[in-house]
Amino acid sequence: MNFFTELREGLLIAWSAVRANKMRSVLTTLGIVIGIVTVTLMGTAIEGLNNAFLKSISFMGADVFYVSRQNWFADSQEEWLKMQKRPQITLGQIDSLEKKYTLASAIAPQSSTERTVKYDKRRASNVEIIGTTDQFPLTGSVSTVDGRFFSAFESEQGRQVCVLGSEVATNLFPNESPLGKKVTIGARPFEVVGVLEKQGTFLGESLDNELIIPLQQMLVAFGAGSDYDIRVKVANIADMDNAKDELRAVMRVVRHLAPTDDDDFSINQQDQILAIFHRVAGTIAAIGLFVTGLSLFVGGVGIMNIMFVSVAERTREIGVRKAIGAKRRTILLQFLIEAAVICLLGGLIGLGIAWAMTFLLQKIMPAEMSLPIVCISILVSLLTGVISGFLPAWRAARMNPVDALRNE
Amino acid sequence: MSLIRLQKITRRYQMGAETVHALREVSLEIARGEYVAIMGPSGSGKSTLMNLLGCLDTPTSGEYELNGKQVSQMNDNALAEIRNKEIGFIFQTFNLLPRSDALRNVELPLIYAGIPSHERKQIALDALTSVGLADRIHHRPNELSGGQRQRVAVARALANKPSILLADEPTGNLDSKTGTEILALFNELARQGNTIIVVTHEEAVARHARRILRILDGLIASDERTDEGKNAPPILPR
Repeated sequence: MNFFTELREGLLIAWSAVRANKMRSVLTTLGIVIGIVTVTLMGTAIEGLNNAFLKSISFMGADVFYVSRQNWFADSQEEWLKMQKRPQITLGQIDSLEKKYTLASAIAPQSSTERTVKYDKRRASNVEIIGTTDQFPLTGSVSTVDGRFFSAFESEQGRQVCVLGSEVATNLFPNESPLGKKVTIGARPFEVVGVLEKQGTFLGESLDNELIIPLQQMLVAFGAGSDYDIRVKVANIADMDNAKDELRAVMRVVRHLAPTDDDDFSINQQDQILAIFHRVAGTIAAIGLFVTGLSLFVGGVGIMNIMFVSVAERTREIGVRKAIGAKRRTILLQFLIEAAVICLLGGLIGLGIAWAMTFLLQKIMPAEMSLPIVCISILVSLLTGVISGFLPAWRAARMNPVDALRNE
Repeated sequence: MSLIRLQKITRRYQMGAETVHALREVSLEIARGEYVAIMGPSGSGKSTLMNLLGCLDTPTSGEYELNGKQVSQMNDNALAEIRNKEIGFIFQTFNLLPRSDALRNVELPLIYAGIPSHERKQIALDALTSVGLADRIHHRPNELSGGQRQRVAVARALANKPSILLADEPTGNLDSKTGTEILALFNELARQGNTIIVVTHEEAVARHARRILRILDGLIASDERTDEGKNAPPILPR
């Protein structure tokens, strides 16, 4: 008897066994159903979180360096305090960086502060006011949906123009176009020349509650108290390492550091955040999958238990089959398939429930059920069946036909 | 040439600390086409002999040649194949698969023999027709009478055209009337040239055979030939 006939016969036998013990099959399957539901939902949630994070971090751009006085992630409090003492980056240094660094396609300094923005009787508070140059849109992934960004001329002249984040725009101008209108920050009027596209949130904070003005105007209006960050977009993304080394060298020259001095600036990039995120997310995923995997394990033990009962109950049938010519392999396969079928049924039901629950989950957190998760779940349920069915099936396969036939 | 040749077959069991000598150096030959009854009280070793003849068990020592093949040293899988091809079992308790209909029960040995689906349906149907159950092929065992169940079992035993039909108390669970019918069926099968071995402790059943082997204490006590068993009396109600 070849393998495929055995498989087909095994499936037929398994199906009739499952149907003959409906209640038992349902109860046994329940363990697997719960296991698959929890594992699948966990995977779905992890994947959803991952994707949501990757989407929200994409505003930074993979090919953009953020040069600033401090590192985004300090390893210790001492290091943080030390970084606080570093000298500020000056406009002059930014100028000479722009002149000396050749590997960038765009360089934009930026400084920010928080203010309240008013239009007519409406006000938007805690708006992040960003002062930068016309190079800013070239260094980021954000663009204007309405109007335009301010020009090089307006930037150099420090004109009182601004570009609104989408949240500020909808708050201040719910029913009309903001273009050409004048908003006030403090006492200063700024003409709206453009509105940015919606960017969503990052780490729970809105990226759309911002307002961008020329840096020169920022200095005049709010003083030069704050620190500068420099956004450096690299021309060739394939050569990030080299570009970073070169950037560091140029910055050392610009900051007049002696060869023995430590860097008094940091070059940050999206990768750092990603690395930390992946570490944290990986740990959460591992713990989560372990805990939910336990429920699957319990389900598997249930299958094993019931398969032992099934084998014991059908000792006589096994004896008859052996007497009639079933080989060990045939009997083994028969019970393995039976366990696999029960688990597969459980897996499919579990997937169905998890699929429905994903929609509920989506109301509280990002969740996506992807094809790989579906495939893995099916595979895992099959595997659970085969593993937990193996011992009982092995026992059945090794039965002595004489003893099996004598069994009442 | 003999179909079955046993040479000094010994079978011992370990029952706790005690060694049971179920068979002691039994030698026996059965030719093709014989209708043999094996008799003996319980504990005589007749079941052991049947298990060995049916290749369900292997001897502790001695040689067993079945249809020209040395089977006494075969492993599990090889024995399964021999059982499938050479032996048709008929049990006292019928041993049909309860969830399968008559046709599927008869198909079972053919499935294990690897015969393709359409072919084995036809063979099974023919076998059921030959035992007079052509109109019951889709009945399950619990929808059939005892006699009908045993006929399905006979059809199943015949399906692979085995060398031996091996029946263990085939009338033990039947009333005398259906028992007689089954024995009549055996007579017919013997007349057609099938080799039949019936294990029984009932004299009336044994009398249908042409040859009666009596087993006692693990030895063949007597080996007598009857006159074709044609005038055997019906089995008496117990």
